[in-house]
Amino acid sequence: MTTTPTNPVFLGVPHPREPLRWGDPFPTAARESLDDAQLRRNLGHATSTIRDKRARVVGEVPDWEELRDAGAALKAHTLTHLPELLERLEENVTARGGVVHWARDAAEANAIVTDLVRAKQADEVVKVKSMATQEIGLDEHLASEGIAAFETDLAELIVQLADDQPSHILVPAIHRNRAEIREIFLERMGDAPAHLTDDPAALAEAARLHLRRKFLSAKAAVSGANFAVADTGTLAVVESEGNGRMCLTLPETLITVMGIEKLVPSFEDLEVFLQLLPRSSTGERMNPYTSLWTGVTPGDGPQEFHLVLLDNGRTRALADDVGRDALRCIRCSACLNVCPVYERVGGHAYQSVYPGPIGAILTPQLTGVQSHDDPNATLPYASTLCGACYEVCPVKIDIPSLLVHLRARDVDEDHDRHRPTGWGAAMKAAAWVMSDGRRMGMAEKASAAGRVVARDGQIRSLPFPGSLWTGSRDLPAPPKQSFRRWWKENR
Amino acid sequence: MRIALAATCIGDALFPQAPQATARLLERLGHEVVFPPGQACCGQMHVNTGYLEEAYPVVRNHVRAFEPVLDGEFDAVVLPSGSCTGAVRHQQAMVCRRAGDEALARRADAVSRHTYELSELLVDVLGVTDVGAHFPHRVTYHPTCHSLRMIHVGDKPLRLLREVGGIDLVELPGAESCCGFGGTFALKNAPTSTAMLADKVTAVKSTEAEVLTAGDYSCLMHIGGGLSRLRAGVRIMHLAEILASTVDEPAEVVGVAA
Repeated sequence: MTTTPTNPVFLGVPHPREPLRWGDPFPTAARESLDDAQLRRNLGHATSTIRDKRARVVGEVPDWEELRDAGAALKAHTLTHLPELLERLEENVTARGGVVHWARDAAEANAIVTDLVRAKQADEVVKVKSMATQEIGLDEHLASEGIAAFETDLAELIVQLADDQPSHILVPAIHRNRAEIREIFLERMGDAPAHLTDDPAALAEAARLHLRRKFLSAKAAVSGANFAVADTGTLAVVESEGNGRMCLTLPETLITVMGIEKLVPSFEDLEVFLQLLPRSSTGERMNPYTSLWTGVTPGDGPQEFHLVLLDNGRTRALADDVGRDALRCIRCSACLNVCPVYERVGGHAYQSVYPGPIGAILTPQLTGVQSHDDPNATLPYASTLCGACYEVCPVKIDIPSLLVHLRARDVDEDHDRHRPTGWGAAMKAAAWVMSDGRRMGMAEKASAAGRVVARDGQIRSLPFPGSLWTGSRDLPAPPKQSFRRWWKENR
Repeated sequence: MRIALAATCIGDALFPQAPQATARLLERLGHEVVFPPGQACCGQMHVNTGYLEEAYPVVRNHVRAFEPVLDGEFDAVVLPSGSCTGAVRHQQAMVCRRAGDEALARRADAVSRHTYELSELLVDVLGVTDVGAHFPHRVTYHPTCHSLRMIHVGDKPLRLLREVGGIDLVELPGAESCCGFGGTFALKNAPTSTAMLADKVTAVKSTEAEVLTAGDYSCLMHIGGGLSRLRAGVRIMHLAEILASTVDEPAEVVGVAA
């Protein structure tokens, strides 16, 4: 992994200092992505394929809407009873031989995991794909402490080898095509066969052989969790490749880092989510591997189990009675695959490990927004509010309404600080006109003057800020007569 | 029926042909149309941009203009726009509650229950799909996001269009994809909006239609602005304009192609 990049394919996104705040505002990062023709092609192809697959398998389920209602209700219940349920989980995990750790933020979680790995005298860990550990930058932190973390999910391996950042929750290397992946393996894997082709089976086989040695030698594994059952202390990981099963069963020590919102109250609640998740995420009726474990079982699997419960801004989100709905998310990524904005700009434009519509409402809530200069303040505006995300969300998060809510919070802060902005002045003036029929009529009369800048009935160019529109579209000239006037004269 | 016409701010100020056609169509079908003169805007632009405090007086004005429907002064309110109908149903009461005006929120909710988007009014309330229209042109229809996913008009506009005499109605590929307008999104994220627009314009051109129609002039203004910039030779017309067109009074497809 120390090879110098020799091919532009490796120009991935450098490791951000903050996994939830990479640095650029959305419009800046989006503009860059839009210019990448290869990315546009890869994304267009991949999202439309997953979208169609999902639509097919969801269409087969006669009670899909009832399942969504059940999923939403279970998550809403969990969020309103979180403290009791978390204590019950801790009790049950402890009773079955596990150890529960509480982490307020990324730094605490990283320190806990580092200490646990050190205590085992290990300098390597194998990892199951996990958003929580990405959110805290665990791999980078472990590296800085001299511990190598090996991602074992195929797509995560690709991203890690390329020194890149994931661009999708479920398909982290969605921005790469197989030709690029072959290049990455040949240059970075170290033990890739010299005549490797870009046939998907050959690429998977190369990764399998590369990873096998790691699975067998690692003393500790780090995972996330899709679900935790408060009543039984059971953890669940849902995956496709079997790498997760290897990590969860082979090493002596298992460390699971999990966001505190991933709870469900009882074991039977899993039946709802295990139907919703695979159909929504990979478009499969059922995922190939579902691993469930409860504490430690003597003589079977890891003999030491640690559960790190991560807050990292979640209680901040929970305190907002509208915004908290974002915590229902089960990380299926259906909203990314249907989002017309994500489809064009890709995941890196969102400048956070959580991209797409869910990222736009989750990231700014987890980090909080410091000021207008905070790049995360731009995320709630990264949507046309087209509603495609809400339609597919398996736990019915009304993402468009949450986006509007977060925009309103952003604007309210300006109001509170009496901070004048261009948008604020324009909106105030517009509200004055648009809250009275007579004033509206007068404004329409005045705007007819705009006809002088039109040619052939169209305005083709305007000075800033009108240029934001006329940069790529014409604007029709205002009519000679507004409807209001026409009505007065004709009815 | 006595129907109050909400012209929408964009229809009133920029595209009077849409509310004019709505009035002519409903009158032709034997209904009385009134225009409450105090009306201005539903407040959607302010809400969607996050200016909920500023939206409050706009919403209050809308509710005041149309609340006579609650006293039976008219039987229904019609809006030739899916997104404005969505704002009336799903945003106005929230804006009032946030401003601490519970009484206005309840009135807004009550008015919204009598408010219909044009295709809803025609198909669900008036029970017609054949409105006696004639429009001998090649037309493609873009279902706008809010009419599709916020108020769920489904195929009502298409059922109305299919009954239009002489029409050559062609399917728009990728019809349900957003055109990239999104109100102030088109300005705040202009390059991304333009990337979405490019795909929509390509789809429209591929149909070889003369006219692109939709139930919202806001989205039509966006797609039409792109078509016009590229001199694509496709005109934009609101659904109401096509439905108002008859053999005796045909709508013209002339002048500046969008």
